[in-house]
Amino acid sequence: MSETVSGRTGGVSPDLTTTYLGLGLRSPIVASASPLTGDPDGAARVEDAGAGAIVLPSLFEEEVIHEELELNRALEAGAEHYAEALDYFPSTPVIADPASRYVAALESIRRRVRIPVIASLNASTPGGWVRYAKVLADAGADAIELNLYRVAADPVSGAADVEAADLALVAAVRATVAIPFAVKLSPYYSATANFARQVVDAGADGLVLFNRFYQPDLDLDTLEVVPRVELSQPWELRLPLRWIAILRPQLGRAVGLAATSGVRDGTDVVKALMVGADVAMTTSALLRSGPSRIASMETELCTWMVEHEYASVTELRGSATHETAESPSAFERANYLRTLRSWTTSV
Amino acid sequence: MARRHECLDGNEAAARIAYALSEVVSIYPITPASPMAEHCDDWAAARRTNLWGLVPDVVEMQSEAGAAGALHGALQKGALATTFTASQGLLLMVPNMFKIAGELTPAVIHVAARTIATHALSIFGDHSDVMHARTTGWAILAAGSVQEAHDFALVSHAATLRCRIPFLHFFDGFRTSHEINRVELLDDADLQALVREADVTAFRSRALSSEAPVVRGTAQNPDVFFQSREAANPFHLGVPGTVQQVMDELAARTGRHYGLVDYHGAPDADRVVVVMGSGAGAVEEAVDTLVARGEPVGVLRVRLFQPFPARELVAALPPTVRSIAALDRTKEPGAVGEPLYLAVVAAITEAMDTDEPPFASAPRVIGGRYGLSSKEFSPAMAKAVFDELASGHPKRHFTVGIVDDVTHLSLPVDDGFRPPRPAGEVQAVFVGLGSDGTVGANKASVKIIGEHTDLFAQGYFVYDSKKAGSVTVSHLRFGPEPIRSTYLIDDADFVACHQFGLLGRTKVLEMAKPGATFLLNSPHPADRVWAELPPAVRAEIAAKRLDVWVIDADTVARETGMGNRINTVMQPCFFQLAGVLPAEQAIAYIKASVEEAYGRRGRAVVERNFAAIDAALDALAHVDVPTEETVVAPAAGALGSTVVVAGIPDDAPLFVQQVTRILLAGDGDRLPVSALPADGTYPSGTARYEKRAIAREIPIWDPDICIDCGKCAVVCPHATIRMKVFLPEAVDAAPGVFLHKEFRSKDPPGHRLTIQVAPDDCTGCGVCVDVCPAKSRTEIRRKAINMEPAAEYRDLERVRWDYFCSIPPLPRGLLPHDSVKGSQVLEPLFEFSGACAGCGETPYLKLVTQLFGDRMVVANATGCSSIYGANLPTTPWSVNAAGRGPAWSNSLFEDNAEFGLGMRLAVDAMARHARALLARVGPGVDAELTAEILAADQGDEPNVVAQRARVERLRGLLHGVDAPDARRLLTVAASLVREGIWLIGGDGWAYDIGFGGLDHVLSSGRNVNVLVLDTEVYSNTGGQASKATPRGAVAKFAAGGKATAKKDLGAIARAYGNVYVAQISMGANELQATKALLEADAWPGPSLVIAYSTCIAHGIDMSKSMSHQKDAVKSGYWPLYRFHPSETEDGQPFKLDSHRPSIPVRDFVADETRFAILERTHPEEAHRLAQLAQADADERWRYYEQLAGMHRTVPHTPIDELDAKVGELP
Repeated sequence: MSETVSGRTGGVSPDLTTTYLGLGLRSPIVASASPLTGDPDGAARVEDAGAGAIVLPSLFEEEVIHEELELNRALEAGAEHYAEALDYFPSTPVIADPASRYVAALESIRRRVRIPVIASLNASTPGGWVRYAKVLADAGADAIELNLYRVAADPVSGAADVEAADLALVAAVRATVAIPFAVKLSPYYSATANFARQVVDAGADGLVLFNRFYQPDLDLDTLEVVPRVELSQPWELRLPLRWIAILRPQLGRAVGLAATSGVRDGTDVVKALMVGADVAMTTSALLRSGPSRIASMETELCTWMVEHEYASVTELRGSATHETAESPSAFERANYLRTLRSWTTSV
Repeated sequence: MARRHECLDGNEAAARIAYALSEVVSIYPITPASPMAEHCDDWAAARRTNLWGLVPDVVEMQSEAGAAGALHGALQKGALATTFTASQGLLLMVPNMFKIAGELTPAVIHVAARTIATHALSIFGDHSDVMHARTTGWAILAAGSVQEAHDFALVSHAATLRCRIPFLHFFDGFRTSHEINRVELLDDADLQALVREADVTAFRSRALSSEAPVVRGTAQNPDVFFQSREAANPFHLGVPGTVQQVMDELAARTGRHYGLVDYHGAPDADRVVVVMGSGAGAVEEAVDTLVARGEPVGVLRVRLFQPFPARELVAALPPTVRSIAALDRTKEPGAVGEPLYLAVVAAITEAMDTDEPPFASAPRVIGGRYGLSSKEFSPAMAKAVFDELASGHPKRHFTVGIVDDVTHLSLPVDDGFRPPRPAGEVQAVFVGLGSDGTVGANKASVKIIGEHTDLFAQGYFVYDSKKAGSVTVSHLRFGPEPIRSTYLIDDADFVACHQFGLLGRTKVLEMAKPGATFLLNSPHPADRVWAELPPAVRAEIAAKRLDVWVIDADTVARETGMGNRINTVMQPCFFQLAGVLPAEQAIAYIKASVEEAYGRRGRAVVERNFAAIDAALDALAHVDVPTEETVVAPAAGALGSTVVVAGIPDDAPLFVQQVTRILLAGDGDRLPVSALPADGTYPSGTARYEKRAIAREIPIWDPDICIDCGKCAVVCPHATIRMKVFLPEAVDAAPGVFLHKEFRSKDPPGHRLTIQVAPDDCTGCGVCVDVCPAKSRTEIRRKAINMEPAAEYRDLERVRWDYFCSIPPLPRGLLPHDSVKGSQVLEPLFEFSGACAGCGETPYLKLVTQLFGDRMVVANATGCSSIYGANLPTTPWSVNAAGRGPAWSNSLFEDNAEFGLGMRLAVDAMARHARALLARVGPGVDAELTAEILAADQGDEPNVVAQRARVERLRGLLHGVDAPDARRLLTVAASLVREGIWLIGGDGWAYDIGFGGLDHVLSSGRNVNVLVLDTEVYSNTGGQASKATPRGAVAKFAAGGKATAKKDLGAIARAYGNVYVAQISMGANELQATKALLEADAWPGPSLVIAYSTCIAHGIDMSKSMSHQKDAVKSGYWPLYRFHPSETEDGQPFKLDSHRPSIPVRDFVADETRFAILERTHPEEAHRLAQLAQADADERWRYYEQLAGMHRTVPHTPIDELDAKVGELP
């Protein structure tokens, strides 16, 4: 797949095609998981705006189990208590659990769009990862994003235990599915570069950097803990920029790398690509401005590339990694010192 | 080819045939026939087709009268049609039944025969309903078993088309309708063979059609009506022959031979019992036993009751018969005898009065009643009838199965008589709770054995009258021979008690035969359990030398994620111990049945069940029982049983001591006729004596956190969280553990406050904790009231509760009633009901009694509220210390508004009479008092109380006056004090079956208060859709999601202008609810209060019941308003009390299974209906907002005042 997008830069059209997880994409701008990508209409709008691929919202195993159990409890509540009312609901045909609803949505999105569709999975048990990865692969996902979303709150499990468990999951999924999959990592591993290498060695085709956690908040009226999700801010891009820059040369070209968090315009895409990302994933910008934001991001990307005489994404990609940048140490500690100084002088 | 077998209950067995042979099915719920209609609705929703490849149109109507009307119309237009009903429902169909038969229209009504309400309602089985229908001209065919319900459904549908007489096909409610038994299934070929296409074509050719128009349903004059009735005789005369012909065709195909009547017994019998329905099974067993003993007896089973096959009956009797007992499962007071008896007498008499009499001399015929309201009917009772026939002077009319010490009609029964059990038969009994899944597992076991082995299997299930904490008893039989035993097991080979706490509270081991296996779910291990057993239980075990096994099923269930569903833990243990199947094979079948039951709902449920099954047998342990000699026999328990009834103090009323106590012990069957009120009148306030202690967790108060708001008390569905405010002296003598705190309000000053749980009455629903707004400052999750393990707190809380009860209530005038805490210091006169834990209805009833309980009369429509309100053994409607409280009655389902209006009319008539008499005699007694009484304003409680005092004074004075008017005035003086008439019922009543009457009563202008407890479904019968069911909700009879919007009942009532209308929700706004009830009471015309009532049928977490109500209001789904008719020119009668919707309807419905399930079964339809539901809410809000700004003047003169003017005595 090497078609060239034309007509957006007023003449010269850079080649935007990229490769991610072995999938050829028309553009490096990928719509990440959001309500928009969860239904066929939204997915079609995202495609129309020019996205290279879409990532579906995560299928959460905990949600599957919770819903199955709760529904079962509700259907059985009061049953066989009293002679007049031996149950309270009609006998139902097959109930679509969240997994089958997810598969149905995935299948209808696959029918609706031509760009690659990446399913996303967050399981909570070893069996769950394997079972649902297979379900998603069988349903026709082009790739899977494994969302290693956990809070390491157990004081008994050390960093090595956590990492070992995660790596075992990756290996189990690799043994189960043939389609490519990426692992979406949290930024909280203590030895990120080492762990990233191990994830790839365990069979992942790529990494998505990084996962943003829902963080708890307190409602001061009800005095209850409420989960909140905030849209990302532009500064959040810097964390993935650093790590992609570091990891790209370490992992080599064959490993897919996706930058996510804080990608809001074309210049952010440029930065992501320069440090070595194959794709830049965006969510918050689409939720704020709608899917058409992808089109303007693409225009901004093309404009920048034309102005800077880059003919293709391939050329741009990885031009400023830890290996190729002008001052590689800037991605490490020195960068921290400079940041502090610049912050101080600006006040 | 071998025929397929399945284990079905009688309802499903009949419904499968009815559905397959119908094009239109009109339905309406009534126990125990509802499941037939539910199956049809489910099958139609699943697009199952009938014999002709079409999906029948299954239509819910507003009442049985409506279902019969729709049936009649469908038939007239040429559709094959059917319906299902029972009891009062059949009575409502009677007018149309006369028409359908009169027009010679083929039709079938399937009836799960049920008692008709007389002195009391009963949901159980007898033939009083079908016998009532015997004048309609319908053929009546009785099935006596599940197999017969299946076969005779086909016989009815086939025969009606052939003979043009409609058929009422019935089987015994519960005993057959709910018994699961192995059935050999009829297939499509059988149906096609018996339902002849030519008959269908002929039926259709008679349909009304504009192509060949006719007039049918004329009005006729004396000249021809009579002859027309006689013109149908040949059709009726042809029925017996047709039925026998169809039965013969069935026999040719299936090998099952049926006759119009069938004789079983000695060919030379001198004594014969004639019986119809399931009771024949018990009689046959008695006959076989007696014949084996050499007694010449027999039983004649009547299958076709009408047209009565008199010739066939006489022909079937052995010529040797000397005496006959006809047994009727109905009572016709005042008749010469019951219907079957009369028919037999007539048949014998007519046969003897021929040239060739069949008997040397006319046999003596006697008649007896048995089995009313599902009263047990056993072989021992049948034997008692044969014994009576053998006596020289048998009772001409008798009863059997009860002790009649009033008219002495009952026969003595030898309880020791038991037919020998067939070799290889296993009888098992299981005692459990409704919530632990015992019944579900046993139904699965019956199917496993009946469908996977060559054994026959039977399951019958007994439930109690409570919805919260209900006890279930499962009776299972397995054996190599077909099981015809139509009675409960009392000598089981295997007894399981699935809840340790039920030992000593419920009869368990009484049902075990000596040497039986006893399986107990016990928290105590095998080596320590013996010491924990109640003494009477130990003695019973030792005396019967039971083989005892224990398992801690609760722990296994908890550890495998099953919660309190211990069923899949107990089930493998049963198979292991009972030896019906090899355990390994049984476990494979259990897993397959779990897969079948839960596989559709996802893997998690299945896997947890599997884990529980796998862990079960390892936890099973044998108990070494000490020898009998070492067991100290306990003091005799109540009536010699193992059951000890706690909680009835010695100073309880005599009736409670003598009758209620025995009912509570489960020994009601032993009460003689003389013990029971002949007119159905029972004392109030008896629920307080039923200490069930069913909660696992109870709420415990923390006074340091409490803010005195009273919310916990106002929402408590069971009146088990109480609030009292009192002077400090009240706790001078309190035990040290009694908790109280300063009452924060300065008005009244210097008081103390206590919030107290009734630990033995609480159901542990958790609603109080959910609503408690007060949280600990240092530990936010801790509230002013917290659920704690009942086992740890019960003893302590009993001490506190007892003291709490001794504190007198705050004088009613000290706090304003239109506040939450003001209402909650008032004594509730509705307490400790057996409603479901967390019930959304009962908080309203409790509040109404707190506000008006000492001056209210309740007309209660049949439904949940009539069941938890007055199902024996006890009633929650209570009395205060002065002996005053709500007077309560239930008439029917459909007529409650009219019933209540009648009460109003009586109160008004008596008040007019009293005023007129007072005007005449009062001035001579005390002119000033008379004037005060006649002029009294009784608009609020203080004025009512003042009037009550005046009338008391008047009564005192009148006692001294010797004049006829004064004596008459004394009999009606009570009516001078205002009494509120409350018409209470659910949405099934108010929106559907009773709507016509309700509408009329609202239009009457009379001062009645209507409280609609709107659960949006028929809750009591299991959640069938009503016109209150919202769009998009899944309910029974709306299995595909209700497609139409909820009826706005309030809007219809408001249209009258002079009706006070309010829509309230306790969980959203207790204060508005309280105000609305106060205003409704005060409004001197009709009032309608529609109360949002969360229900178990919504599929919600009932502990969050009130939070759901709050969300319903926040989303605009349930706007709160009060419409107070105003006579002022610029009045704005409509007051919108809730805020503009702040969340979308979908946020509210997402947590309710009734809506959420459609999303998971029919997502596209769910999406469409959800959008419409939001539009409904938006539009309603827009409309209501406009109403809130409208000025309206409503002229209103209370009818009572008008009446007062016309009521003057001459």
